[in-house]
Formats: sequence, structure tokens, C-alpha cells
Amino acid sequence: MDCALTPEQQQLRQMVRDFAEGELAPAAEALEREERFSTELTQKMGELGLMGVMAPQQYGGLGLDTLSYLLIVEELARVHASHAATVAAHNTLGVGPIARFGSEAQKECYLPDLCSGRRLWGFGLTEPDAGSDAGNSRTTASLRDGQWTINGAKIFITNAATTITAGSTVQCVTGTDASGRKEMSCLLVPQGTPGFTTRTMKRKMLWRASNTAELFFDNVRVPEDHLLGTRGMGYKYMLQTLDSGRLGIAAMGLGGAQGAYDAALAYAKSRKAFGQSVASFQGNAFKLADCAMQIEAARALLYKACWLKDAGHPFGKEAAMAKLFCAQTMKLVADHAVQLHGGYGCMEEYPVARFYRDAKLLEIGEGTNEVQRLVIARQIGCFESA
Amino acid sequence: MKIGVLVKQVPDTATKIVLTANGRGIEEGNVKWVMNPYDEYAVEAALRLQGPLSAEVVVFSLGPARAVETLRMALAMGCDRAVRIHAETPLDAFATGNALAVAIAASGCELVFGGKQAVDDDAGQVLQIVAEVLHWPVVSVANQLHVHAGNDGITVHRPAAGGVTEVVELGFPAVIGCDKGLNTPRYPSLPGIMKAKQKPLTEQQSRDLLGGVSPHVVLQQFSLPPDRPAGRKITGDPENVAQQLVDWLHNEIKVI
Ligand SMILES: Cc1cc2nc3c(=O)[nH]c(=O)nc-3n(C[C@H](O)[C@H](O)[C@H](O)COP(=O)(O)OP(=O)(O)OC[C@H]3O[C@@H](n4cnc5c(N)ncnc54)[C@H](O)[C@@H]3O)c2cc1C
Repeated sequence: MDCALTPEQQQLRQMVRDFAEGELAPAAEALEREERFSTELTQKMGELGLMGVMAPQQYGGLGLDTLSYLLIVEELARVHASHAATVAAHNTLGVGPIARFGSEAQKECYLPDLCSGRRLWGFGLTEPDAGSDAGNSRTTASLRDGQWTINGAKIFITNAATTITAGSTVQCVTGTDASGRKEMSCLLVPQGTPGFTTRTMKRKMLWRASNTAELFFDNVRVPEDHLLGTRGMGYKYMLQTLDSGRLGIAAMGLGGAQGAYDAALAYAKSRKAFGQSVASFQGNAFKLADCAMQIEAARALLYKACWLKDAGHPFGKEAAMAKLFCAQTMKLVADHAVQLHGGYGCMEEYPVARFYRDAKLLEIGEGTNEVQRLVIARQIGCFESA
Repeated sequence: MKIGVLVKQVPDTATKIVLTANGRGIEEGNVKWVMNPYDEYAVEAALRLQGPLSAEVVVFSLGPARAVETLRMALAMGCDRAVRIHAETPLDAFATGNALAVAIAASGCELVFGGKQAVDDDAGQVLQIVAEVLHWPVVSVANQLHVHAGNDGITVHRPAAGGVTEVVELGFPAVIGCDKGLNTPRYPSLPGIMKAKQKPLTEQQSRDLLGGVSPHVVLQQFSLPPDRPAGRKITGDPENVAQQLVDWLHNEIKVI
């Protein structure tokens, strides 16, 4: 595997780092305090080309490789998780399914605005009573006279209720298949369709500047051609999307770990206690050494999963491993980072407090740690008889 | 019209400078190289005129192979092509200015922007030397620019002492030194970075450009500033402390 960065990848990493440090870092604390999504910063990220990184150029995307995309998410997450979340969710969950499974007409209709970041798109899988067990969705859609009628609700949907959201991809039960199992299909539901309402969820512990929404469907009618891809393929599409999405979440863990570590190392070197720097007590130095090691290992694992994907090899197991490992790395590093900051680490004025909060999401979103272990265990054959 | 921009690759200002053993250079191992911050304003100034003047923007850098990174950054921001001038041996400001002037003249540029100074050696000479060699006017420390209505010249504002603003009218050709506050440099966009790959980046040799001109100044030695001396503590009753302080500020430091 070759994970050496091309000159362009090095440049884009630097550009995103400069942008994140220059524009996101100064805004983060206030946005977090006010629990506010920033349309302005989101559209700035769009202008820089961060919103349609892997989508084909003919629809306004950049057609870039997965590693380039992950570098962007990593660098944003190094400074502010919420903005990394906006970008990661939009690219892999918003743009991804339409670009991969959409019809020509759907791609032409939605992708140019989505890839430019003028508009956002949500991915509605989770329901109030079905998260990890998404196969048990209850939102239904029935087809009659060329129209789908949707009823039900979704919850925790990223980017789905901002003023620039154009709509969401929604997984619905569209019948039962021959073997009596639920038939799942995905529908594209534009904002403003009668009966479709969204509500931003408030009082989140983390990702406070990212938009998270509830979606309600009350006899919502969309034309038949709003079906994404093939009827009955919805669950497969969602799972495939999540395989890619996990790499984005993993990159958030890696970037977040790096950000927390950078802050911790700088602080521990400058803070004095008992006449020496806090970093120079061996117990602390070892903690920092462990953080550095974990981050290197996390990066190697994530970039390998990414290389497998770009080389066209199966990557589901490695993506699950990378997501799990990066999430745990960020949690560990953020914990050490707060510890090394002492009391100041408990104050929101210090970014490590935010990293500590934000780390938790990565163990839950896009498949919990337990679900990642299920994916890995299944792939290594634990559930098959010898 | 063609607009030239001069950029220099310098160590990031946060870099901790370590000298080489012989004191003639700095250890480059841990240096993070960036575009001289003032040059970013120059690139931005040129790019803002690219459309209105239908101009081709050519970016020049005299520097080692790694300076290509800085040129690519300028291309990613939107410059049209880049020229790196390679010097076999270190050049002073005089030779650097001469080499750049010859390259600019050959390129057909009629307006040249550069940063008011480079933050590594802070010499602030190259723009003036370029202008002198070319016999062009130069205005430096520009903090506002307006192109004339007929696109036949440019109005430049520069701060002078006492809060006064000097307003200078220039025709073309001209050289302009840019200061912080002139504009807000753009970030290179991702599409910009990808397009930059396709843009021409050529190399020239300083000896071909310089003819017989050679440096006037040869660098002998760098030295780091001395460590800050320990502070002085004044003790005693308030009257006595005040007396000592005044004494010290007046007689030794000579600030009051
Ligand atoms: C900020 C935020 C943003 C989100 N964005 C989106 C989005 O854009 N789109 C979207 O569709 N969803 C989104 N989600 C939802 C997220 O994907 C789900 O919360 C997650 O999948 C877990 O589902 P759940 O909350 O229903 O938990 P549950 O599935 O109820 O799980 C509860 C606990 O049980 C464990 N568990 C469940 N099944 C098993 C099992 N078989 N074995 C062992 N343990 C098990 C889980 O690991 C977990 O610890 C978001 C969530 C948050 C918090």
C-alpha cells in the first residue's frame, strides 16, 4: 500500500488547516455556547470546494480520491468537530447516495447545488425506535397512481433542518418481499413538500454547532421518480453508504485526537508545577508518548482502509476497524488532554473541554462501537459454525 | 496586460530558528516553509486585477527547489503561470533584484506586485532594486489600490508619518509593495489546487539572467539574539523605590 501524499494532497491539507485555524477556531466557542449552526462558514467551506469532494465533476463535484476527502475531514476535526461533521455528513451521507445510486435526472437536479455547498442534504435512516437495528424501520411509503405517500418519523438526522437544507434521503418500508421480510427503499424528499416538517434538536451535549434534526412525515406525497435507484434496495444502499461514511467518522476521530494532542503537548510543556514543566513528569510524558503512538497507529489503519477502497478492494471490515479504533483513540487522547490541563481543562474556554465532549459521538454515530464489533466479528467468521 | 508577482518562501514565523554549525545558515530540518505573509497580499492584489484588466498573472520566485511549493500555492490561489529562478550560490538583495528584473522584463509584465518586505531577513530591498534596474517607479507600503477608470494607471495609498495618507498616481509600468490590510488574501480552493497541477511552472538560471552582475554583499555569519537578561528587582519603601526607578529609567535606560 502506498499512502504517501501527492503534492496536491499536501497542499489541500495545508489549505484546510489554514482555513480551520483562521476561520473555524475563532468562531467555535461562541457557536458552541449558542448551539448555533453557521450557514456562513458552511458556505465558505463550499466555496473552497469541500462539499462535493468525491462526486463526479460533471455534476459539480471534484471527483477526488477518498484519501483527499479524509484529509479534509481530519484537518477540520483537528480544530472543530461540528464543522467536520457538517462536511463529512454532507459528502458521504448527503451527496454520496445520490451520486452513487441516483438517476441521471436526480443527479442533474440536486448535485450541482449540493456539491457547491449552496444547499445541504440529509440522510434519514435512524428512527425513534430503530437505530442500530435500522432494518426494523417503521416509516412507510406506499405507491399509488404514480405517487409515494410517506408516513413516519426519523430522528438525529445531520444537516436536515438548516435554512439551506434542500431535502433528505429517507429509508422507508415499501412493502414485504417474497420471503415475508420488509422491503426497504430510499426516497428523496425535498424540503417544503406538504406534510414534511423538520425540527432542529436542541440541548445536545456535543456537536453543538452541527445541525441535528427530527423529521416528520404526515401523508407526504412525492412523485414516483423520487425513488432512489431500485425499489427494495434501500437497506443495501444505506449499508454501503455507511461503509464509506465510517471512514469519514474515523477521520473525525483521528483529527480530533490530533487536535487534542497538539493542545495537550503545548500546554503541558508550558505549564510549570514544582519547578518543572508538567510534560516533564515521567507519568505525563508517558501519557503523551502513548497518545502520539495511538495517533500514528490510527492514521496507518485509516489510510490503509482508504487505500483498499480506492484500489477497489473490499474494505468494510477495515473501515469498521478504523472507525472503532479512531473513535477510541480520540476518547483516550481527549481524556489525557483534559487531565494534563488540570482545572483549566474543565473550562469551555480551553478547546480540550470541547474535544472531550465531542469524542463521545464517534462511539455512537454511524454505527456504535458495538455495531462495529459486530461487523468485524461477522467478517472474521465468528457467527459461522466450523 | 501581464501582471507579475514576486513571492519568497520563508520559515513560518512560529518556527524556532536553529543555526547551522558554521553559522552561515539555518537548520532546515524542522522548518515549516510558507509564503512570505506580505506576498500573500501581493498575490491577492494581482488576482483582483486579473479579471478587470484581462491580465495574465505571472508569479516569480528566486529560491531553492522547495520554493516550488510556494509557487504552487500562488497558482492554486489563481495565478496563471509560475517561474522559479534557481541560484547556484546564495545571492544578496542586489543580485536577486537584478535577476528578477531581467526575468520580469523578458516576461512582458507591466505591473509588478510584491510584499513590502520578507519576514525572514526583513531587508526590504528587492522591490526597489527591481524598479531601479527596470527604471520603473516604485511605491511601497501600499494599503489601498484603485485602477484608473481607463485602466491606464493606478492610484496607491500609503501611510506616512503622523497618520497622514500619501496618495500616489502611477502609470504603467510600475512596482508596488504591499502591506497588511491592503486586502484579505483568499485561501486556495480545492478546485484551484487541482487546476494548478496543469499550469506551467518553468525554471530559469540566475547566472543566465545576471550576465556579469554579482552580489555586493556576502553573508559571513548569523547570530541569534542574546538571551533576555534577568529582570531587575527594586525593593524598599515606596519613596525609595520610585526614586530608584526614576534614576534607572532616566540615567541608564534613558527613556524619560
Ligand atoms: C449527533 C448525532 C448525529 C446523527 N446523525 C445521523 C444521521 O445523519 N443519519 C442517521 O440516520 N442517523 C444519525 N444519527 C443516529 C445514530 O446513527 C444512532 O444514534 C446510532 O446508530 C445508534 O442508534 P440508537 O441511538 O437508536 O441506539 P440503539 O440502537 O438503541 O443502541 C443502544 C445501545 O445498545 C447497543 N446495541 C444495539 N444493538 C446491539 C447488538 N446487537 N449488540 C450489542 N449491543 C447493541 C448499542 O451499541 C448502544 O450501545 C446521529 C446521532 C447523533 C447523536
